[in-house]
Amino acid sequence: MLADKDRIFTNLYGFGDWGLEGARERGAWDNTKAFLDKGKDWIIAEMKASGLRGRGGAGFPTGLKWSFMPKADPARPSYLVVNADESEPGTCKDREIMRNDPHLLIEGCLVACFAMEAHACYIYIRGEYILERERLEAAVAQAYEAGLIGKDNVHGWPFDCYVHHGAGAYICGEETALLESLEGKKGMPRLKPPFPANMGLYGSPTTVNNVESIAVAPTILRRGAAWFAGFGAKNNTGTKVFCISGHVNKPCNVEDAMSIPFRELIDTHCGGIRGGWDNLLAVIPGGSSVPLVPAHEIIDAPMDFDTLRNLKSGLGTAAVIVMDKSTDIVRAIARISYFYKHESCGQCTPCREGTGWMWRVISRMAEGRAHKREIDMLLEVTTQVEGHTICALGDAAAWPIQGLIRHFRPEIEKRIDAYSHKASHEPVEAYGVAAE
Amino acid sequence: MTKLIVDGTEVDVPAEYTLLQACEEAGAEIPRFCYHERLSIAGNCRMCLVELKGAPKPVASCAWAVRDCRPGPNGEAPEVFTKSKMARKARNGVMEFLLINHPLDCPICDQGGECDLQDQAMAFGVDTSRFAENKRAVEDKYIGPLVRTSMNRCIHCTRCVRFTAEVAGTSDMGAIGRGEDMEITTYLETAMHSELQGNVADICPVGALLPKPYSFKARPWELGKTESIDVMDAVGSAIRVDTRGREVMRILPRINDAVNEEWISDKTRQIVDGLKTQRLDRPFIRENGRLRAASWSEAFNAIGARMKSASPDRIGAIAGDLCAVEEMFALKLLMEKLGSPNIDCRQDGAKLDPSLGRTSYLFNATIAGIEHVDALMIIGSNPRREAPVLNARIRKRWRAGNFPVGLIGEAVDLTYPYKYIGAGAGSLSDVVAGKDFGEDFAKAAKPLVIVGQGALARADGAAILALAAKVAGTKEGWTGLSILHTAAARVGGLDLNFVPQAGGKDAIAMAEAGALDVLFNLGADEIDIAPGAFVIYQGTHGDRGAHRADVILPGATYTEKSGTYVNTEGRVQIADRACFPPGDAREDWAILRALSDVLGARLPFDSLVQLRRLLHERHPHFARQDRIERGGDLQALAAKAGQGTTDKAGFVAAVQDFYLTNPIARASAVMAECSALALDRQMRHAAE
Repeated sequence: MLADKDRIFTNLYGFGDWGLEGARERGAWDNTKAFLDKGKDWIIAEMKASGLRGRGGAGFPTGLKWSFMPKADPARPSYLVVNADESEPGTCKDREIMRNDPHLLIEGCLVACFAMEAHACYIYIRGEYILERERLEAAVAQAYEAGLIGKDNVHGWPFDCYVHHGAGAYICGEETALLESLEGKKGMPRLKPPFPANMGLYGSPTTVNNVESIAVAPTILRRGAAWFAGFGAKNNTGTKVFCISGHVNKPCNVEDAMSIPFRELIDTHCGGIRGGWDNLLAVIPGGSSVPLVPAHEIIDAPMDFDTLRNLKSGLGTAAVIVMDKSTDIVRAIARISYFYKHESCGQCTPCREGTGWMWRVISRMAEGRAHKREIDMLLEVTTQVEGHTICALGDAAAWPIQGLIRHFRPEIEKRIDAYSHKASHEPVEAYGVAAE
Repeated sequence: MTKLIVDGTEVDVPAEYTLLQACEEAGAEIPRFCYHERLSIAGNCRMCLVELKGAPKPVASCAWAVRDCRPGPNGEAPEVFTKSKMARKARNGVMEFLLINHPLDCPICDQGGECDLQDQAMAFGVDTSRFAENKRAVEDKYIGPLVRTSMNRCIHCTRCVRFTAEVAGTSDMGAIGRGEDMEITTYLETAMHSELQGNVADICPVGALLPKPYSFKARPWELGKTESIDVMDAVGSAIRVDTRGREVMRILPRINDAVNEEWISDKTRQIVDGLKTQRLDRPFIRENGRLRAASWSEAFNAIGARMKSASPDRIGAIAGDLCAVEEMFALKLLMEKLGSPNIDCRQDGAKLDPSLGRTSYLFNATIAGIEHVDALMIIGSNPRREAPVLNARIRKRWRAGNFPVGLIGEAVDLTYPYKYIGAGAGSLSDVVAGKDFGEDFAKAAKPLVIVGQGALARADGAAILALAAKVAGTKEGWTGLSILHTAAARVGGLDLNFVPQAGGKDAIAMAEAGALDVLFNLGADEIDIAPGAFVIYQGTHGDRGAHRADVILPGATYTEKSGTYVNTEGRVQIADRACFPPGDAREDWAILRALSDVLGARLPFDSLVQLRRLLHERHPHFARQDRIERGGDLQALAAKAGQGTTDKAGFVAAVQDFYLTNPIARASAVMAECSALALDRQMRHAAE
């Protein structure tokens, strides 16, 4: 378990003051100028040494990402865009950061902008996050007031921070769709290449980072890369905010070290699985888009990027959705499938047509109203979507179903058998296709 | 140049090529729906996925540049596979997805037989469907009188959206909703605003957008196809006339990068029904104030009787806007033989003088050349109405950036922004003096000055032309002065010197009361002829000219004869005959030849071949098809700048109602509907 002294987000639960004063007491904005004075190369080197991997889901090394930004050019200013469009079902870590520790984020923005020679930062916040936006806007105003940011601030790096409110589309969490939305266009992902580091916001070099990745940066610089790298396994270092929801006794957001075993994470922070460890059915370890992992594989697995990838799943946003044996696992995945069908932007063919098809088939399967041969067909359809789309939403829609079929095929078959044996064929519930 | 291996064949292509282009270079066929050479890249259909060695996923070849390909670990050339298992699987998958919600209504779909989806499903699809759910149903949308929608068939390639946004510049279309609920629409289901909207039906790869007037009329495989040239404006767009039997069914664009790329205006495309209605299909003679049907010999005799009593200087001829060079040539010869100096092809009264050389009345910059100019000034013209396809070319240049545009005349929406300099000749004089826009303009290495007929067809036209020539300046190897004509026949007529000979009257003078005894009107419908003269009208439609006629000789429209046309650039083009004129109507040159016999002034040819031989002898440049001959320079013209007085009145563009500019268009119900819609829009706009 992470010692209290090693926590970065010491006000995660909002017990303290979220404002500038409280943040300063907790150490934020403490001597920020000192590491700005050490130069951008030092900051990027330190970030690289810390081993911080992007906290938005893909796990791309943050320091490396920052180093991709080209040299400053007056004709094409660099931008930092913070992705606060936290919409992945099960994930609520950025929400708590913005609500209770917004100054860590703003300080991180300043540091990151300095490291990338950017003078402007846009924070694109999810449409549904009303309170968070108000807090963040208030915090930005406080920082301007105190001269911490702004054209002429105490840190000597002209820096403006804008909070932009989205309209609540999941796809706008995809970095290029977010940029489109920020430019005032329809939130549809762009073709890559060119990547945002070359052609991002308004055609200028842009880095898009997750809230948590940016918010941990000042503390890493303050306490040293070695301190941060001291947590977790190799290549999976640092601390991480886990969002544990579902069938645990005490669902919670908690910051702990990376690579913490699943059992320890649940026992220490969540009071164990509802009905005991034998009652655990499966876990979705990284937000709804990653494939589920059955109980026996996850119980002793360390929660980090590489281990979970080897389990054919992923750490994603570390939104751990725990499901006990009372869960109708097929229906659960069918619901996730509906989410992706609903949130597909409709730009490219496989995702637009495939998500609806997958949802319809899986919701029939949830009732049992299907053929067994359709299971293989569904699996093939997921592979036709996966990897053939412009952005990763196609993959995100395919993976949960792939995970389900990989681990719970007998359950689907049982459902189909039960349905065909039943004398009366009333739909199980007004759900899915029946509800259409 | 970058080396690349496509399916084992090495090709050497420029680095800015996309993989799709590189693959085509290597002879590999890549299926595509959303990709279109003349639109921006969307990369959303995913049909063109190919395997790129080293890439974990297949890549969209239309969007992946050759320079984005990484060489192998030992510096090998990047390798692309278009027929590998990965590429095939990706393609099959995408095709299946496109078809699951596409209705199986090919037998009743007008696109059938020329449908990209149909063709590619045959080539790259599978033969059965695994989709057992209900298909998506989408409501059809109203998007105007020219394009019919069948939105169930839409595959969301967004070509139409990109076309209206980029080429047409009206942003009429867009997509609402997301995911599988995404729908292409004009949002409020209003008609599209563009004069080029018909093209969205052409670029639609499926049967979602179809030409409305042509709905359920014919199948592509039963149509005869004839290559022709459009005469609705002076651009001379390349068209294909599709006929079934004697009837013209539709008109489609042909690709001609020098002129119309692959777009045509709505008037060019949807004029079809006008070719069939209000036609003059037999000769008429006016008796006791009423026209009655007559035979050819009756009509000729009536003309002959009248001509005999008229002295040559009291005879005149006016040629209209849609005439081919051949009949104007025949008419000019006839008038020469009759000894009349009164001929004119400028019924609008434009002050263009062929004696100043060809350069003084051509669009010298050429249409393709618009893409290379670096500043533009428009004088007395509304290119959007006078030549929509040419206007699209200007917009294309504007989209490339760094392109100042100035306008003198009516402030109208041209689909691109411009600096409004002023209304009339006063502003032009300011520019000549280097004031205002003139300062920027003088810096341009390749300035373009477009002069419209609105500035020339007035009493001070010659003075304005001289001022414009001065603004354009004369630079070595570059002539920026460009006259934008509105009539397909005009440049040909000027080339023939079909203007008043020594002591002759011009068109305006001829139309005045008491000016002539006999007036031969060859399809001139835009001029009011005062009562008095005996008018012979040779034309195709019962329009203004026919109403004023004493004898009507029924001629052939541009689809019914082989004719030479010269576009505003001076490009000589030949339109082939697609079908025959209706009833007793005949090809125009043949009518004039027959009439010459009756008048005792036999023309020296008995066939079109002989006529053309003579024509080419007298005017050799007509023999050189698809070429632009230059003649004279502008020194003399520019030197005249400042001489003569100019009127204070503002320039009024020559074309006010785009849809009703000629007799064929005025006979078309489709054009009438478009015109009414445009007028309604204008009124509402004015009311706001």
